Amino acid sequence: MHPSSRTSRTSLRTATRGSPTGPRSSKTTPANRLAGNTRASGVLGKIAWTAAAVVPLAFLAVFFGWPVGAILARGFVTDGQFSLAMFGEVLGESRTWRIVAQTLWMAIGGTLGSVLLGIPGAYILYRRRFPGRAVLRGIATVPFVLPTVVVGVAFRALLAKQGPLGFLGLDGTTTAVILAMVFFNFSIVVRQVGSLWATLDPRMTEAARTLGASPFRAFRTVTLPQLGPAIASSASLVFLYCSTAFGIVVTLGQPGYGTLETEIYTQTTVFLNLPGAAVLSVLQFAIVLVAVLVSNRARSGTETTLKLGEVKDARLGRGDLWPAIVTFGTIGTLILAPLVALVARSLQRGGEWSFANYALLGTSGTGFAGGATVLEALDHSLKIALDATMIALAIGVPLALVLSRRTKSRGFQRAQRVIDGAVMLPLGVSAVTVGFGFIVSIQAFAPQLAMSGLLVPLAQAVVALPLVVRSLVPVLRAIDPRLREAAATLGASPARILRTVDGPFLARGLGLAAGFAFAVSLGEFGATSFLARPDYVTLPVLIVRLLSRPGADNYGMALAAAVLLAAVTATVMVVCEKLRPRGAGEVTG
Amino acid sequence: MTRRINIVATIALAALALTGCSAADQAGGAASTEGAGGTVTILTHDSFVITDEQIASFEEQSGYTLQTTAPGDAGVVTNQLVLSGDSPTVDGVYGIENYSTQTLLDAGALASYESPDLPESAASLMIEDKLTPIDQGQVCINIDHAWFEENGVAEPTTLDDLTKPEYASLLVTMNPATSSPGLAFLVATITEKGDDWENYWQQLLDGGTKVVSGWSDAYFVDFSGAEGAGEYPLVLSYSSSPAEADGRTGVLETSCTPQVEYAGVVEGAANPAGAQAFIDFLLSDEFQSGVAENMYMYPVNSEVALPETWAQHATLVDAPIEPNLKDVAANRDAWIADWTTLFENNAG
Repeated sequence: MHPSSRTSRTSLRTATRGSPTGPRSSKTTPANRLAGNTRASGVLGKIAWTAAAVVPLAFLAVFFGWPVGAILARGFVTDGQFSLAMFGEVLGESRTWRIVAQTLWMAIGGTLGSVLLGIPGAYILYRRRFPGRAVLRGIATVPFVLPTVVVGVAFRALLAKQGPLGFLGLDGTTTAVILAMVFFNFSIVVRQVGSLWATLDPRMTEAARTLGASPFRAFRTVTLPQLGPAIASSASLVFLYCSTAFGIVVTLGQPGYGTLETEIYTQTTVFLNLPGAAVLSVLQFAIVLVAVLVSNRARSGTETTLKLGEVKDARLGRGDLWPAIVTFGTIGTLILAPLVALVARSLQRGGEWSFANYALLGTSGTGFAGGATVLEALDHSLKIALDATMIALAIGVPLALVLSRRTKSRGFQRAQRVIDGAVMLPLGVSAVTVGFGFIVSIQAFAPQLAMSGLLVPLAQAVVALPLVVRSLVPVLRAIDPRLREAAATLGASPARILRTVDGPFLARGLGLAAGFAFAVSLGEFGATSFLARPDYVTLPVLIVRLLSRPGADNYGMALAAAVLLAAVTATVMVVCEKLRPRGAGEVTG
Repeated sequence: MTRRINIVATIALAALALTGCSAADQAGGAASTEGAGGTVTILTHDSFVITDEQIASFEEQSGYTLQTTAPGDAGVVTNQLVLSGDSPTVDGVYGIENYSTQTLLDAGALASYESPDLPESAASLMIEDKLTPIDQGQVCINIDHAWFEENGVAEPTTLDDLTKPEYASLLVTMNPATSSPGLAFLVATITEKGDDWENYWQQLLDGGTKVVSGWSDAYFVDFSGAEGAGEYPLVLSYSSSPAEADGRTGVLETSCTPQVEYAGVVEGAANPAGAQAFIDFLLSDEFQSGVAENMYMYPVNSEVALPETWAQHATLVDAPIEPNLKDVAANRDAWIADWTTLFENNAG
């Protein structure tokens, strides 16, 4: 019998906390010593590990590298001649640098806001027990999948002069954009930090408190360092989302200079200035690379193996006053207010309360005589999202295992860093670049495949991949390597080690990763609008189309459809987290 | 052990879901009914609506199987044709706006075709022998009649009125770089004001005219005459919009400028005959009579009757501002860039 889940958890507890990477000096690991016994499985293991890295990278190369490379090539190669002249031209304009500054300033603001509000949020929502917690977790995630056009309308309804928050004077300001970025990304920090926090053994903190440390000091010196990897990981994700935000910048950010993303869009779609757009894309790439490198450094600096245990969450108590105020305040004002405004407006028709908009969801509405109904579009979205989630997990899980492997080989470590960066890149490239890239690469190569609409789940999987990987890696990295070595010494095969040591940790993160992948796919608009078949339209695409038509029916249906999308997403996220096996992560529901 | 069972159950459930309800079902429907004449593939913008009955009718009449692809708005459609160049993946295209036609002609992306079904009322809209007009509309400043009545202010009647202090701050319009009505209005003001257009826009912006990125934002949030009950009683929109407001709003007639949507056969297409048949179908009474209802545009065939509310509240203006399309093609990019500079300087 291999160790049951109970004993494996016990061994987690009893494993001694060593240096993060295990015994550095010994060249002969127990695994090597046993090599004679398990040579066959060793070779198999090598093949398996190589495949785990190569297959996902090949996938990324075809569905991301090729399209983007093809469009960038058109920017730099004119009449068969490679030219960098455009670089000098674009980089020489002061306007370019004002745009870069604007992009960075908004992205940093959005990231800082999300992290500062998200850490107390992770604590309250993942370490404290109170009625309605699961619902609040779900609500916090809803913004993440709402189409940005709808969020823009909801935010503007609140902030416009005649709106409830109009007195703040935020309409059309950079502050409004940053608030919207926090609205969107708060849940990434809460969930990624929270799901790690939920598994931390609280006894270290309790010990520090017994020794006289204040709650804040205990948090700063004991808990914060343990959360470091998850914080760095989620912060870099949020930064990438913020620095490539498009819809909310366009809706909320006028007037003033745009961001790199909006400028790439304008240069590509308005002026068809591919060389100019390519230079801006390279600039954006550079910012993304720097962000990934900084976050990797921050992560490896703070990474420790963690003592994970089965934790019973404490009740929400008096000592939690400040984090509770910050969290409930954030969810109440920043998250709920725009959502309530959206729901309220979806329930109004001609200034009166009515369900008329919802009654229309099963119809094509006016001006949609032949189009899909909202319910059909929801059906399409759910099917596509299921496919995309499967693909993202099939690609993401092996990648996360490869990336979380601790190794002493410099080459392997370097490879890990390169792969980690490559996985993040899809977030750093504008949807319009990817979209046109698909047209000049995959569609030109296989027109029928491109037109079948089957590329949509593949493209969405690429977009969801960074979140899947980033959700799994911090949890997997927390495994003490001595556990694996101990298992190997006892004669366990690599496959068995994977199953019994990594498995429980993997299962712990899988619900979150699947939930995120599903949510991202449900809400994806940019790539989908380029690739979806017109008769297989998804819900976000349909909502945007409804909004672009005059008429109270279409407007009302768009709002009602957005509420429907939000409700479905919140439910899916809550269910996915419930699916995590009992005993892994959290016990109380 | 329960955990193992849980995981297995989850995976089983997921596998079931994958086979049972996957997006792959969309492929089956399309491939199953291959027409006798083969497939004709049409590139359209994403507001194009064709009913199932219309598709069936076209396929029956022509013997072709129709496949449409809609990657984005009119701008994306134009760019995709230019980018595909010598190896087009589509046979025909529908939804090119009058402001983009010259770009495609210059790129040599279109083949010649003059449909025998082109109605007389549309003959003057034909561009060279390559672009067939299918539907049309007008971009106009919309006026919230009720607001002006309640506030005892006279409604503006000319473009110049808009720059006056009492009107400039009541107008919300769209960025021409991100919105096609926004571009149409910029071109209209340039057509009317000539070299003085930057001065005109400076006066609008100085007077407090609001510029937003897209039509839905302006119409639904800022306009006082629509659902959002916003603060601005003047908004840039379409001549058809008042039909939806049941006459509570109207248009500033002197501000209207035409928008025409064209179809064409793609140069080097695999099935040019199929694309030609589709263009004939777009001109048929069957399709033309659904244009207003389905796409909020007016049919190019003036013989086709409009829906009643349209006939009452939203007829086309007789003498719109007619821009010179050659000038537009030559200067469009520069105009948008100059406008952006003016706008950004004003904001900064």
